[in-house]
Amino acid sequence: MNKKLKDTLLGGFTQNPVFILVLGMCSTLSVASANLMNAITMGALVTIVTLLSNTIISLLRKVIPDSVRIPSYIIVIATLVTILGMFMEAYMNDMYKTLGVFIPLIVVNCIIFARAEGFAKNNSVGYAALDGLSMGVGYTFALFCMAFVRELFGLGTLFGQQIWDFKIKFFQEAPGSFMTLALLIAAYTVVMQAIKNRKPKVKAPAEETTNTEVTE
Amino acid sequence: MEWVMLILGGLFVSNYVVVQFIGICPFLGLSKKVDSAVGMGIAVTFVMTIAAFVCYLLNGLLETLEIEYLALLVQILVIACLVQIIEIVLKKFSPSLYKAMGIYLPLITTNCAVLGIAQKVTGLAGTPPSPDVLHAIVTGFAYGAGFLIAIVILAGIRDKVEKSKIAKPFQGFPITLLCAACMAMAFVAFTQGFAL
Repeated sequence: MNKKLKDTLLGGFTQNPVFILVLGMCSTLSVASANLMNAITMGALVTIVTLLSNTIISLLRKVIPDSVRIPSYIIVIATLVTILGMFMEAYMNDMYKTLGVFIPLIVVNCIIFARAEGFAKNNSVGYAALDGLSMGVGYTFALFCMAFVRELFGLGTLFGQQIWDFKIKFFQEAPGSFMTLALLIAAYTVVMQAIKNRKPKVKAPAEETTNTEVTE
Repeated sequence: MEWVMLILGGLFVSNYVVVQFIGICPFLGLSKKVDSAVGMGIAVTFVMTIAAFVCYLLNGLLETLEIEYLALLVQILVIACLVQIIEIVLKKFSPSLYKAMGIYLPLITTNCAVLGIAQKVTGLAGTPPSPDVLHAIVTGFAYGAGFLIAIVILAGIRDKVEKSKIAKPFQGFPITLLCAACMAMAFVAFTQGFAL
């Protein structure tokens, strides 16, 4: 496996969009991570959109003039989200209502835009699609972790199955969400650092990105 | 009376940033200094007010032509154009502010808060649409002002926090998020108090 393929494949974890790049915050903190069902649905939606938008933009990268590339990306992403939104409204209406405004807000989910601008426009379809998939999975994983903590401690359930009676409503609400994400970012950074330190041969891309990375 | 409810709702009770988690990216990214936070807050409020107004009117047009499914696409393109116009105007009339804002000005396009308000006034966000244009404009302004308040408070807190010693894993975003958590707890008081 060549290096680029490996980097792209693992990109979702080494450059996790939520925990390391700190993108796509709005949906991560919201109701989408309040419980595991929501998290997986939202994660799946974002993965599909990122995968498809990366693919389409990569296919069109030589055709779209540089000066109009931003509106072009917007059109591609907005179209995909509109279609998915309609699908959700028709076939998964309850989830559609629960996720509410966060479905249209996938359009301005920084992850999709950042990958289009940062990767899809400069790489071939194969790599772009793989990157889209990887980032989407990374995002889903992040959402899953958030939802796991928030649902288990906030409602005492996992996927709706009651695990214990211990409930702290805090986790289901705004402050709990911020706090959970803060702790998860800290934990993820520590774990990633430990993994990098164990393998001296692996070239570590600037770990300090957690502190100085500019969010989009 | 309903105006007071609307404004209080936008400012505190349904505050976009700390209650509804909309507009988080610039909130976390740009709140290091109070000055840039104020600048960003004002810019976003401005864009939100105009976007609310324009999107509300365009939605009426889309409904007449029966192409509501294009709403999302139209809204985001309107926002992108607005931001581009503001960028040009700012570059011409206030180059210092333009330079100070840097990359964050074009990033207002992907600011959830702006699209969020467009969705809200056109009734696509789960809540009923604004009854008329004036309501739409006031909604845009109120929620924008709420964003401004939240971002400036957080900048103030971060200013102090940066000067303290923080454990390595928590530096940067985690500690900011914990500050935001405390702010959110404060804002929960508004939710309980006004029950909007």
